[in-house]
Amino acid sequence: MYGQETDPDYPTKLAEFEARIARGEKIEPGDWMPERYRKQLVRMISQHAHSEVVGMLPEGAWITRAPNLRRKQVLLAKVQDEAGHGQYLYHAAETLGATREEMLQALLTGQAKYSSIFNYPTVTWSDMGAIGWLVDGAAIMNQTMLAQCSYGPYSRAMVRICAEEGFHKKQGQEMIIQYAQGTPEQKAMAQDSINRFWWPTLMMFGPHDSASTNSDELTRWGIKTKSNDQLRQEFVNELVPLLHALGLEVPDPDLRYDEESGNWISGEINWNEFWQVVKGNGPMNAARLQARQEAHDNGRWVREALAAYAERDV
Amino acid sequence: MNAHHQSALAQKLLFLADDELILAHRNSEWTGHGPILEEDIAFTNIALDEMGHAATWHRLRQELTGEEVDTAVFFRDPAAYRNVQLVELPNSDWAFSMLRQYLFDVYELVHLAQLAASSYRPLAEAAAKIRIEEIYHLRHTAAWVTRLGLGTAESNQRMQAALDTHWPYAHQLFVEMPEDAVLAEMGTAVSPTSLLDEWQQITTAHLTQANLIIPTNHTPPTTDRADHTDHLTSLLAEMQSVARQYPTAVW
Repeated sequence: MYGQETDPDYPTKLAEFEARIARGEKIEPGDWMPERYRKQLVRMISQHAHSEVVGMLPEGAWITRAPNLRRKQVLLAKVQDEAGHGQYLYHAAETLGATREEMLQALLTGQAKYSSIFNYPTVTWSDMGAIGWLVDGAAIMNQTMLAQCSYGPYSRAMVRICAEEGFHKKQGQEMIIQYAQGTPEQKAMAQDSINRFWWPTLMMFGPHDSASTNSDELTRWGIKTKSNDQLRQEFVNELVPLLHALGLEVPDPDLRYDEESGNWISGEINWNEFWQVVKGNGPMNAARLQARQEAHDNGRWVREALAAYAERDV
Repeated sequence: MNAHHQSALAQKLLFLADDELILAHRNSEWTGHGPILEEDIAFTNIALDEMGHAATWHRLRQELTGEEVDTAVFFRDPAAYRNVQLVELPNSDWAFSMLRQYLFDVYELVHLAQLAASSYRPLAEAAAKIRIEEIYHLRHTAAWVTRLGLGTAESNQRMQAALDTHWPYAHQLFVEMPEDAVLAEMGTAVSPTSLLDEWQQITTAHLTQANLIIPTNHTPPTTDRADHTDHLTSLLAEMQSVARQYPTAVW
């Protein structure tokens, strides 16, 4: 089922597999697929699941401090959705033979990555708006692409997740729009959130195409249909005019509009910061993993009790 | 409805709203930190439901007093809160939160069944609607009580410790406030004291089946809803921090 390159029939099977993808067919659990395809998907899907789970932390920290009851309910529902997305995605990865326990271990030991954006702190209430609008907005661009991907379970999970993420983005955008037009303190708070989240959001799309090691294979096998730089450019083009219309600044002195291409051209991303955060040296990497580890440790007796009770029931 | 009756009813709605809101706050602190991902979903959902119920009770109160819901929640001092101490105690382990939610769910179901028969229609209708959600909460928490009570020696021990802590506090739910007496006389709401027997029967049967022992000591002694622990002060300081820092802003 998972093809090895040492198998004499590998080239024939690979050709059939790639032809299926070229015809736009979905690959389903149990179908023949190259072991590399399976590995890449498990890496991506579990990384995505971990991002949802770790992503609960920066926003979860503000549930208790939401400034009115409506925002509190919306935020609680949003963070709950993220747990739900994590669950779908772990299940999608399980269809490729990965287990929840293995994936969690990989997260806790730092072997598996999650989106670098969640290694930044949330220091004011309007960060909830910036995360919804910028971070979820960026995630939707990537996820809309992945909803077209060649692996059936991942593609279907993305369709469901994108529908919910659409609401997440809208509630964040609504907050920033409201605060940009609110009291001077609210406007300053919104601007500060945009200042802090702008660059880390651009980094979410990953390294430049020229430096992205996984991209070729992912494109050939229909997992990615757009490049990192392409998606990043679409995001910048969408956000810049909207932020300007609100009287908010984009914290990029080199940002310019290119008449010819119709693109907003960003200044250079601080790739040193990006790689530092990816390697675990971001402002909140240690705190995020510690929170996950504590939840895991504090929940051990609960999981043991569930297992013991299940045995007893049989 | 005369002014005396109306102010008693408004106060009763505050009892209901404050219990739900403060419990929802404590439950929401678990979001992202649960023992399994499925409980990050389920327990957060319970918190969200309870928060919705608090909003419902506050809106009914607003009809009587004119006070905005967010003003009542974010600009009221701890001394004016009327939740029971049970819901303000800080979380410790999963047993503590699950058992508290279970004891509260049983109380709510018993209580809401009575409130659904209230002569004040808005109260009766809201109670009937909320009760439907509470049935699911109880199903969930009762199942956890069973699993953890009968799971391992450690889980049983932790549940017993949680029960020993919560049992005396839970009795505060049944203390009659002066407003309860007024409403009982008018047929608007039963006195909570009249619910105690049924609550004890249901909880005792279920907890005993889960191999837990009903505590006999009553420490701390049961007080009424005007009394709080110092935990409520810090809880509200956190909850109200952003709203109070920018009192003129609309969020």
